[in-house]
Amino acid sequence: MPPSPAPTAPDAHSWTVKVREAGVEALPPEKLLPDGQPTYVASWIYMFGVASIASLIVIIGSGSILALKGPAWWHYTGVGHFFNSIHMWAVELFFFVMVVHLWGKYWMAAWRGGRTRVWITGAIIFLVAVPTALTGYVSQQNFDAQWISTQAKDGLNSVGVGAFFNVTNFGQMYSWHVLLLPMAVVLLVSAHVLLVRTHGVVPPFELEKRPEFAPVAAPAADGAVSAAGQQS
Amino acid sequence: MSRFSRMIHPKDDTQQWKGRYYPYDLVKELFIAVGVITLLALVLTILFSSPDDKPSTIAQWSQQKPADFTTAAVKELDGTSPTAEYGPPYNHNGTGQEAWIIKPQKWLGVSHPIDTELDFVVGPLETIPGDPALTAALAQYKTAPEKQKKEWAEAYAKPLEETATAEEEKKTPPNTVTESNGTVIVKTSGNAGPVPVMMTSLLAMAKSGGVDGSLLTSKQFFQTDYTKPLLFMADGGLLSERAQEQHLLGDQWGMMNETGSYPGQAWLWLYALWYQVEPFKSSENADILVMIIMGVLSLAFICIPFIPIVNRVPRWIPIYKLIWKEHYRSEQSA
Amino acid sequence: MNVLAAAVFNLNHPAHTVDWEFIHLSVANVVVIGLMFVVFFLALLLPFPGATRRRGGAS
Repeated sequence: MPPSPAPTAPDAHSWTVKVREAGVEALPPEKLLPDGQPTYVASWIYMFGVASIASLIVIIGSGSILALKGPAWWHYTGVGHFFNSIHMWAVELFFFVMVVHLWGKYWMAAWRGGRTRVWITGAIIFLVAVPTALTGYVSQQNFDAQWISTQAKDGLNSVGVGAFFNVTNFGQMYSWHVLLLPMAVVLLVSAHVLLVRTHGVVPPFELEKRPEFAPVAAPAADGAVSAAGQQS
Repeated sequence: MSRFSRMIHPKDDTQQWKGRYYPYDLVKELFIAVGVITLLALVLTILFSSPDDKPSTIAQWSQQKPADFTTAAVKELDGTSPTAEYGPPYNHNGTGQEAWIIKPQKWLGVSHPIDTELDFVVGPLETIPGDPALTAALAQYKTAPEKQKKEWAEAYAKPLEETATAEEEKKTPPNTVTESNGTVIVKTSGNAGPVPVMMTSLLAMAKSGGVDGSLLTSKQFFQTDYTKPLLFMADGGLLSERAQEQHLLGDQWGMMNETGSYPGQAWLWLYALWYQVEPFKSSENADILVMIIMGVLSLAFICIPFIPIVNRVPRWIPIYKLIWKEHYRSEQSA
Repeated sequence: MNVLAAAVFNLNHPAHTVDWEFIHLSVANVVVIGLMFVVFFLALLLPFPGATRRRGGAS
């Protein structure tokens, strides 16, 4: 086995060491990818966060195939139109599951227990996804794109955004749609998920006031995962 | 804790979970989710495909609606078209929308200059070679004083606007505008100077596709900016006629809709709703007012954890009892 | 390969709308929004698999 590249005594001034140690302290491997969840994670509503991520993966996958052949391809080939359809329906599914996820998280008051940043990043993801979709709609190079761009320009111009974000400029809109905004969405989703891993899924509301939250007994012999080593 | 801080951040007695965990495979869950979503997208694609209505061109506009094209073109010339009077970011001929003292459209200035007289009419006409009548008309027009240019253009525009208004109001139009063999003949009551020759030439150029090409060209060979042809077309009636058929107009809640019978952007429901109610419905500043409201609401959405009452509603309306029913049942039996 | 662009149901005709007072929504959008509510409530009501494992029994 080749020798480890690391020096035997980590240099405390090394940025690499600092970043690594901060990362591992915030999210040790068992917390970054836990193999257990609290027993209160017992509802289908919990599936809509991962469904949102899955939709985003399908959007990016189908979008990447559309990008491979350029913006005109889908207008004149069956395969291109097929992937455009996948992309469009994945977007509809994305907003569908993301909003159901949002409804679930609101009714759980999922910002409790120090999780306000999880809520904030989630809300911002929705608000960034909307212009991401808009830039896609105006990049279609068909009648829908013509209409949406000539209408949307009025709203954006009225608040001065049109001065630097021109929805009738196909080149600019395509660039924002294919690179800049998806990158922003992916970065925000990553931050959102890492925050969820840091704080854990929000516990239930207490049904009645209790002076202390009584911890449950240590691991049973039946193989149930214990609380030991798990951060909530 | 002060009363104010208790209001914006109610007492949060959420404890760290010290209870039981059970095996949960997150990676497998992700793979299953991707599989399910892919399958759903595939099924929807096979069942419904996706829309692709062909774009309109200036050539089609001028062929299908020559009078409408000519009306729009002369208004670009005399500076009374929506684009000509728009203001920033296209020109200084208007101040744009405002809300009280907030005038961002004006403040951000002209970033995409469009001179409708030059860019939409005179410029394209100047590219037509070998037409002595047109060359003479352009020379006469360009050397005339501004006041004279306006008078000529308005004399030509008046019958066209009257005819367009009569058609909109479903009244009998006056006999001043006729179409013959695809050309538009306008009987003006005043002197229109060289404008009739210019408009007839522009219509012919548009029908051949020349205006589409001319409006797309700029300082360089490669083009990606369709602002000019789009604004010119939007000043006419073809795009809005197609939009009305497809339920895309503002008062049809169009910004939520897709062409055909496809689902559109349902998430824009609240943004679309404001435009249907007063005072926004009839306001000249509807766009900025709605944008401000949606901006405030978006900020509020982000700040829900801090908004009094809103941050407590989930506790008061116990939908959470459905989410955590198994947990509460097991707590009670424990 | 144009068979890949074809669809079982042709939705390329102007939409039918649901109209009430000043509200005019396309049928497709009403279906989507309605389905969202249905799916949300089903997600709350339907039992989630794995109850035995959560109680500490064999999976």
